[in-house]
Amino acid sequence: MDESTSVDVEVNGEEEQSAGERHEQSELLPQLVAHLREHRTRLRQQWVNRIHEAHLLDAMTPQEVAAETTSVYDNYVEVLETGSVEALQHYARDLSERIIPRGVETQEVVSIVLLLRDVLARSLFEKYQRDFAMLNRVLDAYEPAANRIANTVAGSFVDERERVIRQQQDAIRELSTPVLPVRERLLILPIIGVLDGERARQLTVQLLSGIRTHRAKVVVIDITGAPDVDEVVANHLVQTVDASRLMGASVIITGLSPEIAQTLVTIGVDLSKMNTIGDLQGGLEEAERLLGYTVSRQEGVTG
Amino acid sequence: MNDGPALVSIMRQGSYLIASVHTALDDSQMIRFQEDLVGQIGGYRSRGVIIDVAALDVLDSFGSRTLRNIAEMARLRGALTVIVGIQPEVAFSMVALGMGTGSVHTALDLEEGLAYLGSQLSVSAIRGVGLHGV
Amino acid sequence: MDRGQQPENRVQIPIRVDADIVTARRGARELAAKIGLTPTELTVLATAVSEVARNIVRFAGSGQIVVELVDQPRRGVCIVARDAGPGIADVEQALKDGYSTYHGLGLGLPGARRLMDEFSIVSEVGRGTTVTMTKWGREG
Repeated sequence: MDESTSVDVEVNGEEEQSAGERHEQSELLPQLVAHLREHRTRLRQQWVNRIHEAHLLDAMTPQEVAAETTSVYDNYVEVLETGSVEALQHYARDLSERIIPRGVETQEVVSIVLLLRDVLARSLFEKYQRDFAMLNRVLDAYEPAANRIANTVAGSFVDERERVIRQQQDAIRELSTPVLPVRERLLILPIIGVLDGERARQLTVQLLSGIRTHRAKVVVIDITGAPDVDEVVANHLVQTVDASRLMGASVIITGLSPEIAQTLVTIGVDLSKMNTIGDLQGGLEEAERLLGYTVSRQEGVTG
Repeated sequence: MNDGPALVSIMRQGSYLIASVHTALDDSQMIRFQEDLVGQIGGYRSRGVIIDVAALDVLDSFGSRTLRNIAEMARLRGALTVIVGIQPEVAFSMVALGMGTGSVHTALDLEEGLAYLGSQLSVSAIRGVGLHGV
Repeated sequence: MDRGQQPENRVQIPIRVDADIVTARRGARELAAKIGLTPTELTVLATAVSEVARNIVRFAGSGQIVVELVDQPRRGVCIVARDAGPGIADVEQALKDGYSTYHGLGLGLPGARRLMDEFSIVSEVGRGTTVTMTKWGREG
């Protein structure tokens, strides 16, 4: 009960003490929460003032700042009260979704939350300034909770940023590797440039999705523009053919160089089972035949 | 399958049976589905079977094997099977796993499946007269 | 204040009957969705979980699967499939395609290994088997 939170107590003693401390904390926190609620308006305004002084949230209007700071304040106090960060995480993700497109940076968000932590800490100093021992105990209860909140908000913000970046990267990749619906039921996938395993995987996923979207029955994969293909990528090519077939689409591979053919054979591909045609033009003609656009002597064979 | 909402529906359309899986099936349910469907194929002397798996979010080794078994038993009873509706993610996973449908034909969806059965089972096809379209 | 292990990053599924296989893969899919895996990656993961879960049901009778989100060295999902079953005498053999005991281990283990980024298995005859496998999220 006075500052006997010394570090050199023996293990058992320390354990008992933490249990005691925890018990105290659970008694102190409701007091703390009540105090923060009672002075909500004043403290929130202090916080907003400090945000302005630090030139944070300049991207937002005063009304927006008022609305968001109110929400954050209330969530903050609620976490102190319930100990559960779930509601806060949910709110923080929501908030991040709104403010990231506005150009708010991670550092800003962290600073703002720390400002709130400080504003509230100072108000605790004021309240308990006459009882130093009590102040210590209140701060011991408050600090870990406040830090957890800051970490949660920052963490959620970073998660959301990463999600947005991933989305943007996907969009860029999709733009740069188009699956072309050139005719009804026919897709062309031109492979241009060097492929790595990751990009090959992406292409497969895009192609399969394209087969569903465009209801393709024939796919022409043109690898004329791919200088060489390693075994990993060759494997992906084979898997692409197999997966396309599972979706009911036949695959024609065009532009197969002798080098790439060799790589395929090396990984055990039976080229006679693949439908390969010299060049794209020939491939397109074969595709049209399969689709029945030209009169043929025999029925087209699929799969 | 008489408890709760149907996991699978099997409809008859002329000499075809159209079996739609509505939700993920566990292994026991898959076996029951197999038994039901094969029983009906025999009972109705169906010539064509479509199995629509569009609602399956996973088709693992057991699921694939079961589908192949159904097709083989159907074949022994004189029916041709086509599997339709394998989703892109599922097709990818099956191939990555090392599974496929073996020799069982697959088509994009019900419409394509019916077209396939039509082209394979029509009287003219049997006689060997060339028709356009696949 | 610290609640210790956050339940929202981990889920544990007992595996005993067929229906548990579906539960396990749904649980894995739901949890992994939180770290932004693509629909394809989620399906690949669920398929791998299905394979190891089935192994437990068929050969061990019962066990458990733990799905956990990990952060180090990068974001990912870790699956630990554990049972106290008969164990596998020759793990190397079991990891070869087409390996089949009387009970038919089939594609379960080698298949799951192909689907995941990391895969390890520890087994002792008479004591049980533990499969640990991880799928990483994409960088950045």
